[in-house]
Amino acid sequence: MDTPLSMSRETKSRKPFNFLNFIERFGLVFVWILIIGIFALVLPGIFFTWTNFSILFATQAPGAILALALVIPLTAGDYDLSVGATLTLSAVTIGVLNAVNDVPLFLAVLAALAAGVVVGLVNAFFIVFVRIPSLVVTLGTTSVITGLVQWMTNSSTIGGISPTLIDMVGRGRLFGISYAFYYVILVAIVIWLVFEYTPLGRRILFVGRGREVARLSGIDVGRVRIGCLVASAFLSSFGGVIYAGLLGAADPFSGLNFLLPAFAAAFLGATAIIPGRFNPWGAVISVYFLATGITGLTMLGIPLWVTSAFNGCALILAVTVSQFARGREETDLG
Amino acid sequence: MSNATTVPALQVSGIAKTFGGARALKGIDFEVAPGEVHGLLGQNGCGKSTFVKVLAGFHPPDPGGEISVFGRKLPLPMRPGAFREFQMAFVHQHLGLVPTLTVLENMRVASVTERKAIIDWRAERRAAQATFDRFGMHFDLSARTGTLSQTDQALLAIMRASEDLRRSDAETGGRGLLILDEPTPFLPKEGVDRLFQLVRQVVDHGDSVIFISHDIDEVREITDRATILRDGEVSGTLVTKDSTHDDFVEGIIGRRVARSVTEAPVAAGRKVKARVTGIREPELEVPEFEVAEGEILGMTGLLGSGYEKVPYLVFGARTSSTGKLELDGRSYDLSTITPKEAVARKMALLPSDRPKASGVPTLTIAENMLLLDMERFLGKLGLNRGAMRRRASDLSSEYEVRPNDPSLRLGQLSGGNAQKVLLAKWMIRDPELLMLDEPTQGVDVGTRQQVYGVIRNAAKNGASVIVASSDAEQLADLCTRVLIFARGRIVDELTGSHISKDNIAEACYGHTTLDVA
Repeated sequence: MDTPLSMSRETKSRKPFNFLNFIERFGLVFVWILIIGIFALVLPGIFFTWTNFSILFATQAPGAILALALVIPLTAGDYDLSVGATLTLSAVTIGVLNAVNDVPLFLAVLAALAAGVVVGLVNAFFIVFVRIPSLVVTLGTTSVITGLVQWMTNSSTIGGISPTLIDMVGRGRLFGISYAFYYVILVAIVIWLVFEYTPLGRRILFVGRGREVARLSGIDVGRVRIGCLVASAFLSSFGGVIYAGLLGAADPFSGLNFLLPAFAAAFLGATAIIPGRFNPWGAVISVYFLATGITGLTMLGIPLWVTSAFNGCALILAVTVSQFARGREETDLG
Repeated sequence: MSNATTVPALQVSGIAKTFGGARALKGIDFEVAPGEVHGLLGQNGCGKSTFVKVLAGFHPPDPGGEISVFGRKLPLPMRPGAFREFQMAFVHQHLGLVPTLTVLENMRVASVTERKAIIDWRAERRAAQATFDRFGMHFDLSARTGTLSQTDQALLAIMRASEDLRRSDAETGGRGLLILDEPTPFLPKEGVDRLFQLVRQVVDHGDSVIFISHDIDEVREITDRATILRDGEVSGTLVTKDSTHDDFVEGIIGRRVARSVTEAPVAAGRKVKARVTGIREPELEVPEFEVAEGEILGMTGLLGSGYEKVPYLVFGARTSSTGKLELDGRSYDLSTITPKEAVARKMALLPSDRPKASGVPTLTIAENMLLLDMERFLGKLGLNRGAMRRRASDLSSEYEVRPNDPSLRLGQLSGGNAQKVLLAKWMIRDPELLMLDEPTQGVDVGTRQQVYGVIRNAAKNGASVIVASSDAEQLADLCTRVLIFARGRIVDELTGSHISKDNIAEACYGHTTLDVA
């Protein structure tokens, strides 16, 4: 059972370059490049173009922010299914306040973000205090929010959101790519820094992997979980702001369409960059990896229903692969 | 029937079991007569549980031994679960009842989970009721099992096991062998009485019973004969009514102990650092104890005596309803103290459940080790990860963690090395009060001394240390004073030269009924 003593001597010296480890960390990136290459060959002159990719980077930004939002509670061991509905709620709040009731844009955005925080607090109350499984609570709040949104919008798209927002998100460009993409990168950097370079990030990790260990080490487990759930709802509503800025309108339905790809990306991302852990860069790469696949397939003329099937398969496959990457170890997710 | 009585219910000969290099069972022989209640007892590590696991088919025994049940030779090694075909039924300490299911569902689980299309609940209800009638018991069949008392649950489990025996074929006249594996430690006294009554009824119905226990008085009360194991060997089989309490103690410990009357003086001149007063729990009452600076205080007792709860109550890991802790002149209320506060006040608790409560197996050595020490590495640019890696590596060599690679996951280490990592985690905070529950559980013999070294070092640096352990040898090795618990109370205190493995064991067994008298 005991590990041979000789190993300690070997590992004293700097570890040699570990090829398998490298493949595991960057395999997803290679596969991404590979499918870009394949589509570029099959669709010469249409697929591998700057226009195509700049559109891809911009349109997937809300989904990428949702995936990043998910990474936080998943790391702390809680699911949050309500991210998609929260995104819609936020976009619609801006629409109703700014476009319909002429509230200044700044205040409308602030209200949208506040709505997200409220959703997060409601989730946290039922999950942490009432101790209902996060899956059940957030499934419930999703439905509640969806109903609320239909009431707010009368189930129709609201146009006419202030062009300032559109300039700040969709129309404004840097190196030919909409600002929307850079917001994603910004959020990813913040999460990455918190996860890797702050004691808080480590505490979140311990709360997710070993609640009892965390508690007995003096970590306030409840507070960490509440914080993570509020953070994810806040980021989802930020995603809603981005979405409204891309469309210039508030669409009461399509926010939920981002949910499944975001989950798939969060889990698929856990197989890359820092394998075995939910991590922001893995999640962002996965969002664009999945979107690349769908864009390519769509250009090949594959019917629309394939998109749903593709995302579903990707989610299950991603979870399967990440389960193997973790050596099928138990998690405290639930 | 008359023919059957000559065939032993259980005949064991030459059963041995080796784990790695350690011989847990060194070839044991004994016999259980039909219709008898046969005790099986011995200290921790004597081989009782290994034997039960061999019998149940969890462990294959070493080749060469034989076991017969009612004259039928068991095919060794047994398939797990095959014991059912040989008229055996087990009731383990954890009873195997599902608390959220009803009494009826638990009682009839064997029948209900059979492969049949439709469950006839009326028939199941009648069958369960018939079982209760047979024992003269009354239970609400639709009650949730978890709402019943611990005693009632134990009775249910035994009736269910006895019913399982009846289901087996009629080859032995429907008789069977019921193995009760320490069912009593967590029952109140009157619960034990009711359980014994039921055991007598089971025997009256023609079954034989093996009763495994730590408690000499219980064994003396219920059994006809008892076999005592010591260090993997049978130290003797006693006819209960012809044996005294001391005969049992001698069999368990291996010598007759003259109880020393003189108490050694308490280590004088040491400053009392921690004082705990007024713990009053349902199963645990500790009016007061003190730990001096630099002292290693042991706590032990038989299973169910409650000693192991004390560190968790003091640390706030379990909420106590009453009690106070004074540490370095400051007073804490045990009903409100939280682990967070305990950590901040330089207390440390190393729980016995390593993978669940002590360290996270899926995170790295470095992460586990430095969890409590992160602030020290926090610069303007966040955590200095290089410095953390170096610190973890230095600590690993200081605490002789092998292999010394802080990026390995904790779960990849052996038990002993994982424990060293977790000791390091707490020791870097220079705890004032260090509490450990079973510090060497699952720790290989080779690393035990290193763990002891760390604990001794903490004491030498002025910490007060509490070690809760069921291992008498370990306590004798480490402690300056040992508190003996029985039925939730401190009943004895050993100090100085009186602390020895045998004295500790003797004190544990000697006090099982003192507080009742």
